[in-house]
Amino acid sequence: MLDLSKYQSIGEALRDALDQYANEVCLIEADRDREKERLTYREFKERAHPLAKALQDGSFSSGDRASIIMTNQSKWLISAYAIFFTGGVLVPLDYKLTADEQWQLLKHSSASVLITEYPIWRQLGASPGRAAASNVRTVLVTEAPANADLDGAQRWEEFRGAGEPVFVARKRSDTACIVYSSGTGGRPKGCMMTHENYLEQCVALTSIYPFCPGVRYLSILPTNHAIDFMVGFFGPLTCGAAVVHLRTLRPEFVREAFPKYKITYVSLVPLVLKNLQKGLQTRFDALPPGKQKVFNALVRVNKALTKSQPLPSISRRLLKQVHEAFGGELRTIIVGGAFTEPQTLQFFYDLGIPVANGYGLTEAGTAITVNDLRPFRADTVGKPLPGMEVRIVNPAEDGVGEVTVRSKTVMAGYLNEPELTAETIIDGWLQTGDLGRFDGTGHLQLAGRKKNMIVTEEGKNIYPEDVETVFESLRVGEFCVFAANYIWPKRSMIGEKLVLVLHLEPGQQYGEELRREINARNNRLLNYKRIHGVVLLDEDFPRTASLKIKRNVLAERLAVLDSAAAILPL
Amino acid sequence: MRTLEQTTQEVLDLAAKHFQLPVGSLAPGDDFFKKLGIDSLQTLEMLSRLENHFGIELPDYEVQGVSDFKTLAERIQSRL
Repeated sequence: MLDLSKYQSIGEALRDALDQYANEVCLIEADRDREKERLTYREFKERAHPLAKALQDGSFSSGDRASIIMTNQSKWLISAYAIFFTGGVLVPLDYKLTADEQWQLLKHSSASVLITEYPIWRQLGASPGRAAASNVRTVLVTEAPANADLDGAQRWEEFRGAGEPVFVARKRSDTACIVYSSGTGGRPKGCMMTHENYLEQCVALTSIYPFCPGVRYLSILPTNHAIDFMVGFFGPLTCGAAVVHLRTLRPEFVREAFPKYKITYVSLVPLVLKNLQKGLQTRFDALPPGKQKVFNALVRVNKALTKSQPLPSISRRLLKQVHEAFGGELRTIIVGGAFTEPQTLQFFYDLGIPVANGYGLTEAGTAITVNDLRPFRADTVGKPLPGMEVRIVNPAEDGVGEVTVRSKTVMAGYLNEPELTAETIIDGWLQTGDLGRFDGTGHLQLAGRKKNMIVTEEGKNIYPEDVETVFESLRVGEFCVFAANYIWPKRSMIGEKLVLVLHLEPGQQYGEELRREINARNNRLLNYKRIHGVVLLDEDFPRTASLKIKRNVLAERLAVLDSAAAILPL
Repeated sequence: MRTLEQTTQEVLDLAAKHFQLPVGSLAPGDDFFKKLGIDSLQTLEMLSRLENHFGIELPDYEVQGVSDFKTLAERIQSRL
C-alpha cells in the first residue's frame, strides 16, 4: 500500500494510487446476477478526470462543497475522487433520508454541487424543501432515462470537460468531508472531518486488517456511512484492492455475490449479521441427525484449534461447505454501526469466520477500538487502535465511566456549532457519551449510554429531538421524546427504544382517539425512527427561562417510575 | 392485465401467506413494518416473493421509503 504518512490529502493519495495500481481491478458493479461493469484503476481515472475538469470549468474550486446522494455504486466513488482532486469538500448524505431531510442538510452544508441518481432526484425535485436550498447551483444526475425530464439537472454521464484537470493540493488540517452524524429534525451535527483524520484512520485500520491487490471488498453498508467510506473506498483504493458493488441488497443476491466474486472482506450492520446467522442456523438444523452430529463435532474441533487466534486455512478445510458458501476466501466480516450481541459474534468465529467487532463513532473518524482476534473476544469491542488514546472518565466502583478519546482521527468540530463542539471535545478529548470499562487485558467493554439517543441494529443514530417535530401541535399539554435507556439506564446497548412522554391537559384521558393520532404521526416517520410507547406524567415539565424543556431534570423525575408499567404500548 | 385493485389484493394475500397470517387480515393502508412486525431485510425478502409472483423486477430505489401495501401495489402495477 501507499505510505500514507507522506501524503497531505485524500485526493493526493488516491491520485498516486490510481497510477501505481493502474492495471489492477478497482471496481466491479453487479445488478442482481448480472455484472454491469468492471473497471481497472486506469479506467477509474479515465472516468473521473473529465468529471473533475468539468467541475473546474464550472468554477468549482478549492474548499467548495459538493454533496453525493447515491446508493452504493461505482459513480459514487468516481465522483468523490473528482471532488477531492479539485480540492473540494465532500458532503456524503444518506440516500435513505426523506427528500426534505436531504434538502435541509444540503442547505446546512452550503453545498454548491449535488451529485445524485435519477430516481432520487425525482423525489428531491418534487420536494418543497428544494426552495430553501438555493445554494445548490449544479445538479448532476446519473442514469437518467433518455427522455427524462431532468428538472434543471444535468446528466452525469455527459458532464465531461475536455483536457486534463488541475490537481488542487490540500493540507492535512483542511476539511475533507462534512459527515452528518445526526440532526435531520433538529440541530444538524455536521462533523468536519479533516484529511488527516482519514489518512491516520486508514493507517491504523490497515495495520490490523490489511488490503492489497487481489483483495475484494463487498460494499453493502451505504458509502456515506463512515465505515464504508473507509473500508469500501479510501482504504482499498490506496492499497490496490477491488471494491464490489451490488445494486440490490436482496439477501439472495448478496449471498450469491460471496462465491461469485471471491469476497475477502465485507462490512455489515448487526441486523444483517443476525439475519445471516439465522439463515445458517436454519440450514444446520435441517441436516440429517448423523450429518448434524459430524458437523457439530467439526465445529468443536475448529473452536478448540482457533482458541488463541484464527487459523483460516484449517477452518476452511474443516468446515469446507460453510466456507465455500462464502466463496472460500472470506477473511473477516467487519461489523459496525451498532452494538452486536456476543453470541452472534461467537457463532461466526466458531465456524472459522472471524468478525471484526469494534466500537467507534463518526466524530472519532470511524473506529476507536477493534478486536485484533488474538485472541477473539466476543464479550468486548476490542482494544484501542494504534494512535488512539482512550480514557474512562469518572469511573464507578465497577470501573464503568464515560469513554473519552484523543487521537489524530478525531474530527475538527461540528459545522457552524462552536458551542456544541466545545461541549463535545474538551482539551482535545472527545466525549463519546458512551459508557464502558476496560478489562484486565485492555479490552473495552461497553455498558450503555450517558447520552439521550439510540442506535438501531441497522446502525442508525436516532436523537429524540430529531423525531419530535412530527408530534408538534399534538393536542396534549406537553410532550417530549426520550431514549428509554436514558431515563432508565441499563448496562446494555441491546434493544434500545424511544418513548413519547406526555403531560395531558387537565381532565384529558389517554384514550383511543389520542392513541390513533399518535400512531398516525408516528407512521410518518421512517420505520427505524418510530417511538415504541408512551409514558404519562401528571406534572408540568421543568423548563429553562427561555422555556426549553430541561431534559435531564425531566428524565430524573421519570426515572422513579417503574419502566415496565410506565411504558404504554401504542 | 390486472387492475390496481387486483394487484393490491394479490399483494395482501401473498404477504399474509408469507408471514403466516389469516387471509383478509391485512388492509391496503396498513403499514407493513408495523402490521407484520418486520425489519428492512424481511421487507426485501417479501419483495423478492412479490417479484417472482408478478414476474417483474422491482429495483430497490422504487420501494425506498414505501411502507404501506397500497403504495407498494402501485409501484408493482406501474411495472406490469
